[in-house]
Amino acid sequence: MHIPDGYLSPSTCAALYAGAALGWYGGLQRIKRTLATRMIPLISVFAAFSFVLMMFNLPLPGGTTGHALGVTIASIVLGPAGSILAISIAIAIQALFFGDGGITTLGANCFNMAIVGSLVAYATYRIVAAGAEITSRRRLLAAGLAGYVATNAAAFLAAVEFGIQPMLFRDASGVPQYAPYALGVAIPAMMIGHLAIAGVAEGIIAAGLVAYLQAADPALLQSTSGLAPGATAACQPSMRHPQRRWWIAIALLAWGEWSASSFSSAEGRARIAAASQNRPAPPVAPTGLQRLSSLWTSPVPAYAPPVLKSTSFGYFLSGMFGVGLVIMLSLALQAYLQHRRGAGQPG
Amino acid sequence: MSRNRAIAATLVSLTRALGRALISERVARQRGLLQALDPRVRVIGLFALVLAVILSDRISVIVALFCAAVVVALLSKVSLASLAARVWLPVLFFTGVIALPALVLTPGEPILAPTGGSFPVTAQGMSAALLLIARVETAVTLTTLLILCTPWMQVLQALRAFHVPQDVVVMLAMTHRYIFLLAETAGQMFESRQSRTVGVFDGATRRRMTARTAGVLLSKSVELSNEVFLSMQSRGFRGDVRVLSAFRMRSRDYIGLVAFLVAGGVAVWIGRS
Repeated sequence: MHIPDGYLSPSTCAALYAGAALGWYGGLQRIKRTLATRMIPLISVFAAFSFVLMMFNLPLPGGTTGHALGVTIASIVLGPAGSILAISIAIAIQALFFGDGGITTLGANCFNMAIVGSLVAYATYRIVAAGAEITSRRRLLAAGLAGYVATNAAAFLAAVEFGIQPMLFRDASGVPQYAPYALGVAIPAMMIGHLAIAGVAEGIIAAGLVAYLQAADPALLQSTSGLAPGATAACQPSMRHPQRRWWIAIALLAWGEWSASSFSSAEGRARIAAASQNRPAPPVAPTGLQRLSSLWTSPVPAYAPPVLKSTSFGYFLSGMFGVGLVIMLSLALQAYLQHRRGAGQPG
Repeated sequence: MSRNRAIAATLVSLTRALGRALISERVARQRGLLQALDPRVRVIGLFALVLAVILSDRISVIVALFCAAVVVALLSKVSLASLAARVWLPVLFFTGVIALPALVLTPGEPILAPTGGSFPVTAQGMSAALLLIARVETAVTLTTLLILCTPWMQVLQALRAFHVPQDVVVMLAMTHRYIFLLAETAGQMFESRQSRTVGVFDGATRRRMTARTAGVLLSKSVELSNEVFLSMQSRGFRGDVRVLSAFRMRSRDYIGLVAFLVAGGVAVWIGRS
């Protein structure tokens, strides 16, 4: 998944350096606010552990082997901020000392694997393991799933970065200047290997390491468990029915996204019917939807800023903007929660 | 043995990483062109050339930069055989495999039809594949020259001189040291496991073994970080880090810097499509 120099255009590299810089800044600030002196050796050792873990050849079902990134276990033990820094340090040493990966693509590699990988792994682990006790088997499932999802999220981003190159950077005769395959080729080519091998390897190693820590050193799983030290799941009323969260999440994901105008077009009505077990859509949009649809107009409708002529570049910019916004909101929420926690503790 | 090849492959990976680092340290100590320049000039200059490679759209300009990199390698006492084994052949293989389908997948003017016309090689596809291979070969060669000719501590000092935050430089330095310690520890663990292994294990058992080895290594890593933290505290560490930097620019460093920047600038100027 490491992108070498030469595959991405300078402007893509610059944009991803900027995205990575946001993550690095946020991670450093968070570490400085907590226990900076304690975290420096811990992050360094975890970066080294992640580096060495990448050299482990894990036998996979089917006779092949794969290797893990270590981003999931770093997110579970250190939290997302520590993981972002640890995995970025490991990737930087690979590029600057061992020549694996590139210098111009260092920002892209850190953005994909360290930042997005850490945030996705952490979020998946926390959601799936919500309320489970430290020694619960659900935490193994959570770690395995987090590893699988995080690796594939990072690979998907890399595939999109490859895939937009020929759309944006061609010479006058149509020769692609950087990675030559469009999204239709780049995404399947990249994802098949990661869905089948790399994601599985990261998931198996993450679940195996959590199982080991549950038996040998459960304290390391405490800080990101969401449980107060010594608490059990039964003490936390909001976690009593984790299945409900799943049903709500599935319900939100399963249905489509319609606008008021979808009800008046034949194509829109057909899509609504197809997503609603072939029940015909109402002849007019519901009044509530009509009233609320004019309440907010998106500044970037259909992921294409009106000032840009290129739709693909608009998608790319929207993606960068969206990810940046999510990271900033996550950091703001973390800072707010930490502030509240600090204010609530007796002095 | 064949079914336990993952252990052997892991041992090979670990040994190769340690071996590469030793070669880098040895080359960096030799007296050559790049080694004689200030590390900051090496970092800026070679990074400028890498940038020129990815900014240039003409294969001829990228090939000229590749030739320049070969000359710099020779003047810096870097063995071309080691560059070929470490960079040129692996990059040619991996990027070649990636670039090959572009010959027929890139739409354009057909120039060759090896399969009877169903998948013709296009001129645009040929140019795209050659451009990608030339660009990656040249960029990775330049990066490898920087790595081979600059001791790690000088890279860190140069990063500090470029105002990379101290905490980051300290973490990079500490991680570099621990990588060798942990790689050696992991290598010993796999070696001792292999020496006690008779017969073959099924896939599930080998996965459990690998995960358990990684778990023990993780425990050792955390233990190590605790010990390091205590030793740092015992020496008075309170979070402030000072990195020594004894760099001094001489006239040859200025000449080298100008030469790198001019070469990069000219390459970008000529290489525009």
